[in-house]
Amino acid sequence: MHTRNRLLIFGASLVLCAAASGATTPDAAHIVAAGNGHGAPPCASCHGADGGGQAAAGFPLLAHHDTAYLRRQLDSFADGSRANTTMAPIAKSLTAAERQALATYYARMPLPAATQRPAADSNTDRARGEQLATRGMWDQQVPGCVQCHGPHGVGVGTNFPPLAGQSAVYIANQLRDWRSGTRKNEPLGLMQHVASALSDADIQAVSAWFAAQPAGDQGGKP
Amino acid sequence: MKPAPRIAVIALAIVIVPLAARSSGQASHTAVDHPATEPAVAALPTFTPPPDSAIPDDPFGALVRKGRDIFTDTTRHAQPYVGNGLNCQNCHLDAGRRANSAPMWAAYVRYPRYRAKDDKVNSFADRLRGCFQYSMNGKAPAEDSEVIRALTAYSYWLASGAPTGKDLAGWGYPKEGFKPPLPPSYARGQKVYASHCALCHGTNGEGQQVAGKFVFPPLWGPESFNWGAGMGNIDNAAAFIKANMPFSRGGTLTDQDAWDAAMFMNAHERPQDPRFKDSIAATRKRHHDSKWSLYGIEINGHLLGTGTPPRDQ
Repeated sequence: MHTRNRLLIFGASLVLCAAASGATTPDAAHIVAAGNGHGAPPCASCHGADGGGQAAAGFPLLAHHDTAYLRRQLDSFADGSRANTTMAPIAKSLTAAERQALATYYARMPLPAATQRPAADSNTDRARGEQLATRGMWDQQVPGCVQCHGPHGVGVGTNFPPLAGQSAVYIANQLRDWRSGTRKNEPLGLMQHVASALSDADIQAVSAWFAAQPAGDQGGKP
Repeated sequence: MKPAPRIAVIALAIVIVPLAARSSGQASHTAVDHPATEPAVAALPTFTPPPDSAIPDDPFGALVRKGRDIFTDTTRHAQPYVGNGLNCQNCHLDAGRRANSAPMWAAYVRYPRYRAKDDKVNSFADRLRGCFQYSMNGKAPAEDSEVIRALTAYSYWLASGAPTGKDLAGWGYPKEGFKPPLPPSYARGQKVYASHCALCHGTNGEGQQVAGKFVFPPLWGPESFNWGAGMGNIDNAAAFIKANMPFSRGGTLTDQDAWDAAMFMNAHERPQDPRFKDSIAATRKRHHDSKWSLYGIEINGHLLGTGTPPRDQ
């Protein structure tokens, strides 16, 4: 009698566990490759199968980014604090659990080899880009980017995403979005302040400088 | 908040107020040196240091560049003399160029001068050596060492064309008329810290690192400045915070927020004052007899000044 009860309880809990995990852990790899079946197209169609993005089109590198940072961006696309006509409907169609699963999935992806040895862009003002990146423009209270984003822009913790090896088009788009107020989802308004001090030429130069830096392991909290 | 800390904070407020009352008007022995009567800010001459591109390509220029590199990456270029995770430019922003963050061009032309801190006339080299001992929690490089010669060359070059023996506009952390509207509060400071500081400096003041190197400086604990550093005084820290923090948003906190955040930061344990002798009480009496030092004061059941265990690395 005792044994049969115990077996029944064991069996029932197995079923419950399976149901629970099915409901709360979406298959991120499947969404990346084939979409979520209710509005989100496959992430890989723009961000690449390796999470490396498409630099020329401004689709960002996502691989090896911080989980909490990625999750917050998806939430921001959905709530409009990061206005983006492409990503807003996609983020809205993802459930909270799907957003979390995708953030975790991309955070665990290794860096694509190409981002670790990116080619330098010879068409921009490299000296100006390096000056802004490493020293900033303090007469307007703009620190060197690396003072928050880490050496070469490898990224620091959950609030300062990697810039090294990122698409120059993407970085420039973000700086312009902060400057215009289209993007306003960062803590303390730090980037809106920084971007408002940058000219178009500054934005081009500093974006190209970071795109040409080798991506690497970011620090801070996991 | 849990009941225990609240009681401790109330107790602290009771301690601080009489202390403040007792020592008001009394010169601080630990504060960064400043004249007894500060001239009006408007009267001070302004100065702009030359751009880095003007550093000459000769042996002197090479030493200036070396000094700049030590200044911006002290833990790497002056490693034997550094005992924590800090760099000069954590407290002297923009590689020691920024007005109102104790810029090196202004410091260079203020020495030699008498300092109550060690009761003697300090040369510029003495002042630099003091920074290594206290702010860098390390050991003072010899006066004729390359580290001191390079930092001196860099500061001298930054001060090119500046008048000597004059306070220049923006020489320190601005304290003119900068008083706390209400006595600084740990509880309010904790809230300011959580909303405006923890983002970069971490929930527990531990800073943030990349590959074992600090990007955001630790504000207390074994990797931060020791109890003998000027930044350990609430008035210095408050003036620095008001003018320079949050990083890139200096001047945006209210005066009260800056004082409260400074109080909160300095109400935590940090490495022992290298001048410690006999007891915490005796060391407080000798070196921290100021309303703006919490050394030797009990906060949340902890007697500040106990020091921190040796660092991991």
